[in-house]
Amino acid sequence: MMILIKKWKFPIIIGSIFLLLLITAPDTAQRSLSVSSDYFLEMVLIFPPVFILMGLMDVWISKDRIQKWLGDDSGIRGAVFSLILGTLPTGPLYVAFPMAATLLRKGASVANIVIFLGAWAALKIPQLMVEISFLGLPFAVLRFFLTLAALILMGAVMKLYLKAHPDEAWLASSQDQKMSAVPQQKE
Amino acid sequence: MSTLITIYGLLLIALVISVIRDKKKTKQAFLVAIKALLKTAPSMVGMLGLVGLILGILSPETISRLIGEESGFLATIGAAVLGAITLMPSLIAFPLAGSLLRSGATIMTIAAFVTTLVMVGLVTAPMEIKTLGRKFTLLRNGLGFISALVIAVIMGVIL
Repeated sequence: MMILIKKWKFPIIIGSIFLLLLITAPDTAQRSLSVSSDYFLEMVLIFPPVFILMGLMDVWISKDRIQKWLGDDSGIRGAVFSLILGTLPTGPLYVAFPMAATLLRKGASVANIVIFLGAWAALKIPQLMVEISFLGLPFAVLRFFLTLAALILMGAVMKLYLKAHPDEAWLASSQDQKMSAVPQQKE
Repeated sequence: MSTLITIYGLLLIALVISVIRDKKKTKQAFLVAIKALLKTAPSMVGMLGLVGLILGILSPETISRLIGEESGFLATIGAAVLGAITLMPSLIAFPLAGSLLRSGATIMTIAAFVTTLVMVGLVTAPMEIKTLGRKFTLLRNGLGFISALVIAVIMGVIL
């Protein structure tokens, strides 16, 4: 019971705010609810296929191959590959987190994962079309290249920092997950 | 819509290839997927509620008042913070940013808002921590916020 509450702490807090709002400001609560239900529909459609794709990726793509494509020694080609992987139109950023985690566990470089996530969120091709039409070509182009430069720099800094100070808690938890993900092969 | 078609198309192709090559491995992929889905479910549900709360409480008019009227660097920082805490689809954000720009906001402020909106995600941070770890999340979002401010200043100076 306690574990269940701890696991669902975040949605429980949000739910309580909703209840509070429902009593004090029913109009706002209703507006919030309709926004949430719109997003819910979107997520219900998007998440299952994405997670199955991730599962397939996990089962089929070997650690060595990811290490070769996106690892520490993949150089500029790895960075370009991460950029392309990120700009493909495949949904909102929260879809990319579990994917990035899988790649990271399989030996991708932190620098490349930062580029991948950044490109996913900030440098999408369809998004760019909308940006050009509303904010103008100079704005969109300048933002694209400045963001790309920032991502490369951030990736390099984070790679150095996390190499010197690894995230022990995360490493431990991903170790568990790896073991529970492939129970058949253990026996 | 095109996103959905792309994802389901990819899934179909991948599934067909996977089933043909190895049924057992395909089944295993489904198990991995279900496990991962269950693990992220709580943060997904929470995020869903939070997005609703933010967009429900802060109307477009409120947002536009907050970053539209005041100029100066304080408005830019305010816009950056607002971009960091709100999560909205870029299809909505760009038209909004465009209308703010026309109603008198500076390029610097709009650039700060747009850049933090896409680079920093406070709403999605709990999920990012769960999947990628606390250190990674703090560094990526922290550095992203600083970069966004630098990008905004450069854009304000050039454009």
